[in-house]
Amino acid sequence: MPVITIDDRQIEVAPGDTVMDAAHRAGIYIPHFCYHKKLSIAASCRMCLVEVEKVPKPLPACATPATDGMVVRTHSDKAVTAQKGVMEFLLINHPLDCPICDQGGECMLQDIAVGYGGIASRYAEPKRVVKEKDLGPLVATDMTRCIHCSRCVRFGQEIAGIMELGMPGRGEHTEVMPFLESQVTSELSGNVIDLCPVGALTSKPFRYSARPWELSRRKSVSPHDGLGSNLAVHVKDGKVFRFLPLENEAVNECWLADRDRYSYQALNSEERVTRPMVRQGSDWVEVDWQKALAQAAGALKVIHDTHGGEAIGFLASPHQTLEELYLTRQLAGALGCENIDTRLDVADFSADGKLAGIPWLGMPVADLDKLDRVLLVGSSVRKEQPLIAQRLRQAVKRGARLNVVHAADDDLLCRVANKLIAKPSAWVNALAQIANALRESGKDVGAVASDVSGVAVSDAARRVAESLVSGERKAVFLGGLASQHPNAAQLHSLAQAIAQATGAALGFLVSAANQVGAALAGCRPGANGRNAQRMLAEPRKAYVLLGVEPTLDHEPAAQAESALESAELVVLLTAFKVKAMDYAHVVLPIAPFTETAGAFVNMEGRLQAFNGVVPPQGEARPAWKVLRVLGNQLQLSDFDYDSAESVRKAALPEGEDGIAARLDNGICALPVTHLQAGDGVERLGETPIYQLDPLVRRAPALQATQVAADAAVCWANGALIQRLGLSVDRPVRVVQDSGESVLKLGRDDRLPEDVVRVAACHRLTTRLGERFGALRLEKM
Amino acid sequence: MEKIALSAESRALIDLEVAKFPGEQKQSAVMSALRIVQTEKGWLAPETIEAVAEYLGMPAIAAYEVATFYNMYDLKPVGRHKITVCTNLPCQLQGADKIAEHLKAKLGVDFGETTEDGRYTLKEGECMGTCGSGPLCLHNNHKMHAHLTPEAVDKLLDELK
Repeated sequence: MPVITIDDRQIEVAPGDTVMDAAHRAGIYIPHFCYHKKLSIAASCRMCLVEVEKVPKPLPACATPATDGMVVRTHSDKAVTAQKGVMEFLLINHPLDCPICDQGGECMLQDIAVGYGGIASRYAEPKRVVKEKDLGPLVATDMTRCIHCSRCVRFGQEIAGIMELGMPGRGEHTEVMPFLESQVTSELSGNVIDLCPVGALTSKPFRYSARPWELSRRKSVSPHDGLGSNLAVHVKDGKVFRFLPLENEAVNECWLADRDRYSYQALNSEERVTRPMVRQGSDWVEVDWQKALAQAAGALKVIHDTHGGEAIGFLASPHQTLEELYLTRQLAGALGCENIDTRLDVADFSADGKLAGIPWLGMPVADLDKLDRVLLVGSSVRKEQPLIAQRLRQAVKRGARLNVVHAADDDLLCRVANKLIAKPSAWVNALAQIANALRESGKDVGAVASDVSGVAVSDAARRVAESLVSGERKAVFLGGLASQHPNAAQLHSLAQAIAQATGAALGFLVSAANQVGAALAGCRPGANGRNAQRMLAEPRKAYVLLGVEPTLDHEPAAQAESALESAELVVLLTAFKVKAMDYAHVVLPIAPFTETAGAFVNMEGRLQAFNGVVPPQGEARPAWKVLRVLGNQLQLSDFDYDSAESVRKAALPEGEDGIAARLDNGICALPVTHLQAGDGVERLGETPIYQLDPLVRRAPALQATQVAADAAVCWANGALIQRLGLSVDRPVRVVQDSGESVLKLGRDDRLPEDVVRVAACHRLTTRLGERFGALRLEKM
Repeated sequence: MEKIALSAESRALIDLEVAKFPGEQKQSAVMSALRIVQTEKGWLAPETIEAVAEYLGMPAIAAYEVATFYNMYDLKPVGRHKITVCTNLPCQLQGADKIAEHLKAKLGVDFGETTEDGRYTLKEGECMGTCGSGPLCLHNNHKMHAHLTPEAVDKLLDELK
């Protein structure tokens, strides 16, 4: 190992390390702006100039390779003079507007100017002024403050995979800007705010609301996708002001998706329910907790005593904590009810009882970027788990070959080796083709061999098979759409066969933050119980809803609506005013994740516990406490928990170490029957990125994005639009089953001619049917 | 913004440039491609730059960065004859400032402006690498006129219809 000396300290370095890397390793700070450990080296700011012995000029530490015997000084006269000079140059055009700058207090330029700059500037001439750019509702700009470090530009190119910002112009006329007047649309765009070392790019929703030194930073875990990004929640006066990423190399690295960053807005929204309420006729009356709980418990007991436990249905959200889900499960169990589920988005439950364990990622998240071969089945991964898409992008950059089975040829912002783009009903056939190609090449595809042997193999499928046979580290991933597919179990079974035949890992890209936790907590129907689908298809007398919005979480929404409408009792545990209040009888206001202790288990089986970071708003209470008292009121035994930890201990008796043993993606091979695709045009009904859960649905900045607006559009291929005589940007009538919606029509030639993209779980499409059913477009 | 298509002639010329680089690196030909398209269209409108970027499979902003970096790309419409006068020091010492003044007076426009009849555009240029021949100017990016005198300038302007 080469050894270099920095400031009289001997440091061992790895070959290829730069002086900056070596300094970091030894804990020596070298001031810098453009350098960032996750981005390529630009060496454009010159702030990290250091003196290197035997070199006449100071060198940038970030771009100088560390070589054996090198002697570096970061505080010598030469280094200090160079740093002071650079600082003076950087400040020449930087406005002195710190008092009104949102970055003030967390500004690298401010800090380094104090630490390494001179007292005064010799520059007395006018400063440059740069026109503002409108980057959309998430990122605010003050481009006059830009010091041209190019971090935001490199982030777009290297991490987000889409170069939305660039640096046109030359010399002092260089400006960071998007092409023309376009806004940034990347689902990771908020990260440029953290990267910007000055106040040029700041958070638009957070703007002018607090100073960094007034805010306390508290740890938490994001409740949205199955990754469970670690959060630093910034709070002041018992109120959440913003979410920033908390670095965790194994989970979110130092990034945060926009969904995780801006969903905090919902926490303080007007739509929170903060008082217990009971229905009197058509009115809601605010009551105290005792009365509300007594009423809920009493009514549940009546239903239980007259109709039995199976007359009740428990529907919980997989975005709730492990403790809340476990107590819901306990409550259901104590009432003799086996109808409990969190999978409102699932259509095919035929795998239940045939699984070897709890579906999970099948590997650590951190290993995703080391994969060589990937088959992605039914996953809009950029929308489902933006940071998983980022990891796969890094893998592709390292040479991985990404294969895709999907209904839309979406741009994953990285090279896709092979793709099978077909309407959803043809996905089983697509996987069968790959399996058959493997079988024909002599691989053992197990029990599905006879089912797939008659399937004609396309060239694309053969190439996918060939791609998966080569390479070392491989994985087959089933995405959210594959799990929501009407033949999800057969897709699972085929994916397993493909994975086994190629030696690939099989994994689920889990959509919800605590989906794995929900399964661990036992929030699954018992042997005689009804799953989410059946609970709504066969209406129950009573429903207990924990954090769900059935008409948005379940497709078809009409089915959920009629089941709830006809119920004698609906007990609603919710943090927000939801549509279900139209038919609920008791509303118990619960605390969102920032106001309660709890834990999520992410897609890799990582248990991430957190504490409440602010007190519950109004009369809202942590749901685990509400459920505990509900249990007490019903005089159920084992409901005497005094903390979230004690609930967690009961939910996971073997603790964190017991989780891994319960995770297994194995499935008893099922007969593959749906080899024939359906006729006609089909719907591709994804849950839009900003409609995933009650929190993001109520974050105004996210809802104002172009991405959110695009989710309200019915997308179709230009050829289909022409064939049907429709016109783009005009309203079109979308008819499915017995329902219809009127949506704006958009053209997307990345869709096949027989696929129409109409978002599910969206307030504009609740009248439609299943996510993937046949569908008709009619001229208005 | 309307999307525009590149002409078949331009595409053929760009393809020749693309062929000089490894297949994975089409965008290496961006400077040539912008030059080719500018020659055809007269100047580089944003939609032209976007079309070039699309053709080379690169982000539009990246092509725009290149187009704004070099001053021989015209991001605004220019006259039929663009005259770029070098005003760097060696040319100045040989009288480039007088040539520039003469051109300005004769055409009635300043640097960066176009005559009302759309015939001439006057531009200030940087060193063109033949300082020994100064003062000099470049006509439409392609033809250089060296050892300029006011008389030579008048003659040149008369020849450019």
